[in-house]
Amino acid sequence: MIDHTVGAPIADTKSPDVALERRWDERKFTAKLVNPANRRKHRVIVVGTGLAGASAGATLGEQGYQVVQFCFQDSPRRAHSVAAQGGINAAKNYRNDGDSVYRLFYDTVKGGDFRSREANVYRLAEISAQIIDQAVAQGVPFAREYGGLLDTRSFGGVQVQRTFYARGQTGQQLLLGAYQALSRQIDAGTVEMHARTEMLDLIVVDGRARGIVARNLITGELTTHLADAVVLATGGYGNVFYLSTNAKGSNASAIWRAHRRGAYFANPCFTQIHPTCIPRSGNHQSKLTLMSESLRNDGRIWVPKRPGDTRPPDQIPEDERDYYLERLYPSFGNLVPRDIASRAAKSRCDAGFGVGPGGLGVYLDFADAIEELGRPAIEDRYGNLFDMYQRITAEDPYQVPMRIYPAIHYTMGGLWVDYDLQSTVPGLFVIGEANFSDHGANRLGASALMQGLADGYFVLPTTINDYIGSTTFDAVDAAHPAVTATEAEVRTRLTRLLSINGTRTVDSFHRELGLLMWDHCGMSRHDSGLRSALERVPELRTEFWRSVRVPGEGTELNQELEKANRVADFLELAELMLLDALLREESCGGHFREEHQTADGEALRDDAHFSHVAAWEYGDRPVLHREELTFDHVHPTQRSYT
Amino acid sequence: MKLTLRIWRQSGPQDQGRMVSYAVEDLSPDMSFLEMLDVLNQDLITSGELPVAFDHDCREGICGACGVVINGRAHGPEQTTTCQLHLRAFRDGDVIDVEPWRAKGFPVVKDLVVDRSAFDRIIQAGGYITAPTGSAPEAHATPVPKPDAEVAFDNATCIGCGACVAACPNGSAMLFTSAKVTHLNVLPQGQPEREQRVLDLVAAMDDEGFGGCTNTGECVASCPKEIPFASIARLNREFLHASR
Repeated sequence: MIDHTVGAPIADTKSPDVALERRWDERKFTAKLVNPANRRKHRVIVVGTGLAGASAGATLGEQGYQVVQFCFQDSPRRAHSVAAQGGINAAKNYRNDGDSVYRLFYDTVKGGDFRSREANVYRLAEISAQIIDQAVAQGVPFAREYGGLLDTRSFGGVQVQRTFYARGQTGQQLLLGAYQALSRQIDAGTVEMHARTEMLDLIVVDGRARGIVARNLITGELTTHLADAVVLATGGYGNVFYLSTNAKGSNASAIWRAHRRGAYFANPCFTQIHPTCIPRSGNHQSKLTLMSESLRNDGRIWVPKRPGDTRPPDQIPEDERDYYLERLYPSFGNLVPRDIASRAAKSRCDAGFGVGPGGLGVYLDFADAIEELGRPAIEDRYGNLFDMYQRITAEDPYQVPMRIYPAIHYTMGGLWVDYDLQSTVPGLFVIGEANFSDHGANRLGASALMQGLADGYFVLPTTINDYIGSTTFDAVDAAHPAVTATEAEVRTRLTRLLSINGTRTVDSFHRELGLLMWDHCGMSRHDSGLRSALERVPELRTEFWRSVRVPGEGTELNQELEKANRVADFLELAELMLLDALLREESCGGHFREEHQTADGEALRDDAHFSHVAAWEYGDRPVLHREELTFDHVHPTQRSYT
Repeated sequence: MKLTLRIWRQSGPQDQGRMVSYAVEDLSPDMSFLEMLDVLNQDLITSGELPVAFDHDCREGICGACGVVINGRAHGPEQTTTCQLHLRAFRDGDVIDVEPWRAKGFPVVKDLVVDRSAFDRIIQAGGYITAPTGSAPEAHATPVPKPDAEVAFDNATCIGCGACVAACPNGSAMLFTSAKVTHLNVLPQGQPEREQRVLDLVAAMDDEGFGGCTNTGECVASCPKEIPFASIARLNREFLHASR
């Protein structure tokens, strides 16, 4: 099994030592400015065009930097943020229901099961209100009341209505807003956009991030791009599980290659399971589709009281139904946080109460809501989600309850960053889901969109000035040895993948890895499972490099080569996830270790030993650096939603 | 299920291209159309042939990446995206033609993959509201009447897949462009650039080689997001108004 060592503790040194409420203002004030005439002399690379990447590119371009931006999709508008459905939180208190910046901060720290940084989370809550202003100014069509003002709704894990939404397509609308702002900068010439181009490595010169090696996916051409700073906004790594709610192209390559070049990887084992996914229908399945968590506002979750009850749902009388979330968590009911809702569903199904094919599903029932509010109201709120469900399952959710089951959705782990969003490689900034900082061990619903846009529109554009303004940059050209060596390594790897010419397809390896990870590092983990997977992953990796078949050439559009390259990275990352999960001998948020649970089966945290971020340094033997977390404002308590 | 697929194979822009027939077996009606292509590709790779290149990403009908012409219809027999089309829409034993989007504005890259970057250039010409970051007014300072917000929303749902262009006998991008113009021009935030926006977007659309609209309506019939035909009328009205 993989061995590791423990290194020196790590700490965030950028968060000012002043009152929580004043930290961001103080940081903005002390951060160096770069005057507009000088900004145009600096080049910044942004990889990724989702909410974080597009908003960062648009803002940096507008500030006057020369931005060079990349995405692997054919258009920046297709980044996977586009698929986020439910909404975006903001502490606007438009409902006068007792919301505030402090309450959003409090809910987020608590929701993250006390494994996030207070200072980062407070800043996120502070900026949230500005994000809504920005999006509305851009023409994002949020839902509105008849009076013309913005509508809000409540979302999993909270008791106030602070979630702004655009039907079930909030991510799409926010992304289009950012994409349009980015498009404006592309036309203005401040952003040079490279679509269908993938980052394959990070160029580090004298300890600083100075560029990337990229592959044009149409021509296969490898190019190097140099800059004064590199921003990664490349999303999460949930596709390590093969089946997930992520877009098929979502991958870990950019952050994994950066990790290999010195950026620490924090909390890799923190994976979020989304409770409301459409159950899988067969072995052909290529990905999973989630239904917005907002459905839990009006839908009631239940299973039959009798195990193995195969009667159709409409023939199961009310008193033979178990509304288990309402029973177990009376004050939150169906709105408990994601990890709790997910585990409760799995535990019902494991105990034999599951419904649908294979018993891997629970009902999400709208009959009461339709009765009470009328079908038009439900159509207005969730119409497109109902249509989507019907399209995929061929069942009409207005007539029969939906069936849902948990699925891999989001990764809270990612590259370690300080308060400035800078990684352990100077000049390498990491934003959005690609970093680890704000969600702790579990992400509250409607908080991912908030973090992506906060990082891209507001935080990074401030902190990157400080880095650029306080650094002297030596000229680096394409002939620099670090540049040519990195490019050569990438070329060698691609050539090697193409020359193996074995017998197994890339997908067959990916599926096998994914199943292994779901079984042993998925919704619940235990010591022996993690250890057995730690034995198997290196074997699978060896087999991959010996017998994968990648057809075609490197000098053309070659989608198998793209996949092979990414799966090779997943095969390395998987091992670190397993190791991290094995060492974290506690349950918290999305990380549920079966050895650590209360008598009622709830997650049992161990604050005395694990109130830290596990930041991993790459090496033959990974080195664990711990960042201690301190809680001066929200005191860790056993999370209770009963 | 068992199907025969006749798929357009074209190794690159210079290749002439041809239809090639493939038999696929052991299919389930619950599979999506793209999952069927996955199955085919696994077989092709294992038997030493080159897999079929096609665009896809989210596979939940929202990113707009996928899209092929199936039996002569953009996205196939149902009004949805190709990733959300399931094999239950076909009969066992069917022969299905699969081709890329065909339009002057969308050159073929390889097999079923086309270049839709012209859509990005149309947006870059003015499909946005100029709103610098960090200085936006309080969101409630700009009320939007619900009916206007609804019209804006209905048009903002366009996913830019290009089915409208592929379905149009003229290869016109009017539906796409009208959706963006309508979304932004009905909102109070979009008023300052209202006239310039429509002039610039229409000019960009013409420059990219998309044809004119002759009110055939095929675009609307094939649009997976049901962008309304009335948006094209609105585009025309906005254009006339702006070019007085």
